[in-house]
Amino acid sequence: MNKVFISGNHAFAEAAIRAGCHCYFGYPITPQNELGEYMADHMRKLGRVFIQSESETAAINMVIGGAATGARVMTSSSSPGISLKQEGISFLAGFELPAVIVNVMRGGPGLGNIAPAQGDYFQATRGGGHGDYRTPVFAPASVQEIADLTYNAFNVADKYRTPVMMLSDGMMGQMKEPVVFPEPVGTLPEKEWALRGRGDGPSRYLCSLILDAMEMERHNWKLVRKYGEIEKNEIRYEEYMLDDAEIVVIAYGTTARIAKGAIKRVRKDGVKAGLLRPITLWPFPRKALADLATRIRQFVVFEMSTGQMLEDVQIALAGKADIVFHGRPGGVVPTPVEFARIIYREYQKTAKIQL
Amino acid sequence: MKLKNAWPKYYKKGVVTHYCPGCGHGIVHRIVAEVLEELDLGKSAICVNPAGCAVLAYLYFDFDVIESAHGRGTAIATGVKRSRPDLFVFTYQGDGDLSAIGTAETIHSANRGENICVIFINNAVYGMTGGQLAPTTLLDMKTTTTPLGRDPKYDGYPLHITDVVAQFPGVVYAERVAVDGPAGIRKTKKAITNAFKTQVDGLGYSIIEVLSPCPTNWKLSPVDSFKWVTEVMTKEFPLGVLTDKRTRKE
Repeated sequence: MNKVFISGNHAFAEAAIRAGCHCYFGYPITPQNELGEYMADHMRKLGRVFIQSESETAAINMVIGGAATGARVMTSSSSPGISLKQEGISFLAGFELPAVIVNVMRGGPGLGNIAPAQGDYFQATRGGGHGDYRTPVFAPASVQEIADLTYNAFNVADKYRTPVMMLSDGMMGQMKEPVVFPEPVGTLPEKEWALRGRGDGPSRYLCSLILDAMEMERHNWKLVRKYGEIEKNEIRYEEYMLDDAEIVVIAYGTTARIAKGAIKRVRKDGVKAGLLRPITLWPFPRKALADLATRIRQFVVFEMSTGQMLEDVQIALAGKADIVFHGRPGGVVPTPVEFARIIYREYQKTAKIQL
Repeated sequence: MKLKNAWPKYYKKGVVTHYCPGCGHGIVHRIVAEVLEELDLGKSAICVNPAGCAVLAYLYFDFDVIESAHGRGTAIATGVKRSRPDLFVFTYQGDGDLSAIGTAETIHSANRGENICVIFINNAVYGMTGGQLAPTTLLDMKTTTTPLGRDPKYDGYPLHITDVVAQFPGVVYAERVAVDGPAGIRKTKKAITNAFKTQVDGLGYSIIEVLSPCPTNWKLSPVDSFKWVTEVMTKEFPLGVLTDKRTRKE
């Protein structure tokens, strides 16, 4: 397929359509409205389902209904709306139903604003709703990656029967880039667990209520085993100029793009900086970080938050290296110059070069 | 002699009920199973059960069931039906589920005219949590959270949500019935049959409100509970067809 020039929000939608998404349910919220509008334009023409729900809560429950029948389903929202969806995401995890949920993050807490931010990292990577569960989280850093990861998210959701979160922000959603989309999916996986009416077979039920504590515990450990498989198979990250790096930046999504600009800048002055960009935020590439810590002592974490992924970096490095954090919360988008300044400052502390 | 009351095909055998003596749920469960059998819908049926006493409905229903979070039944039913219009989809909800926490889902699924059925059990209290104030609790009625009786100054008035949604163009059939005796049970079965046929004919949304006894939380004997439905509850919630647009020309 040819390259198309398309916004991130539209790319989420087009990739989902190509992945065989049969139902989209959503409620308007900035800065992700273009996603739902794209679905409204295309889904019914394709004989698929688009419903604008009365709330984010209703949307995620419609997602549950669609997923229960075995269809590929998606919903999208932005930070406050994602909070409303958390009850339903917990149910999806409990039911073991696959679905893709897009969060185009904005500044918070509360209504916050509509500018790009990364303040929902904890919510996305720690389960988010009530109960003992995790959701795989993909953090694209380009519109091309939005297309590829969204397409793949449906496969991951189906393979492990789990809700999957696409964690993006207003910058990613609003900007346009050239994209080559994956080909429309051929046959979809068979889902023998889906509810289709009992037919001539035995009746079945989907239920997250498990009153017996021992049985509930068994279900919890079953989920943990599944999460273990996901941790084993699905971790993704990008290494950028790490071969000779002496200082390493950890950043994801929009911040990682800005960090790349900063690294190019400082490299011109001989500062050996590199980037490790987590693409999956859960599971987090802990081992990759731990391996780096065997030869690198200086790490810098950039986020558009007050320090959330920072905690995962701290866990991964386990005190084996110095970590400096620089965050711009509230919808402020940092610049490569700003990041470069931080890298220079930290690099000079070990006084390898005089800048 | 032919056995008149054979065990319904879509009602599980050999299970002991968890419902209290005199509870209306068991009666309505059986009616649902009978109607599904009579209309030959059991094979394609999906029931969305609520949070509340009927969360355990899947123990009895011998057709496919999906549980819902509290109040979200009609949103889940929307997802199921929109995804698979060939399936027969209905929700089974209580008054707290449908007319308190799930009010928005109830109103908007009705307003979209979703081609689903809603079985709405109104027993004027929260049953499973131990008898607290429900939107449908009668004025002056004592519950564990209205120990002096429902006072409109604090607790508002009994909510008539079925009357509200019956006004919507998308709601094709709405009726209020009561399982307060043999006649009421027969009428309930007829109403549920009408509702189920409405969906089969592709006409749209139907809702059947069933006034149903809750002796445990009303602190009445089963016999007095049935009497209370007839004599007191129907004064606040009059029985009858609230809308019937089945013959409407599109």
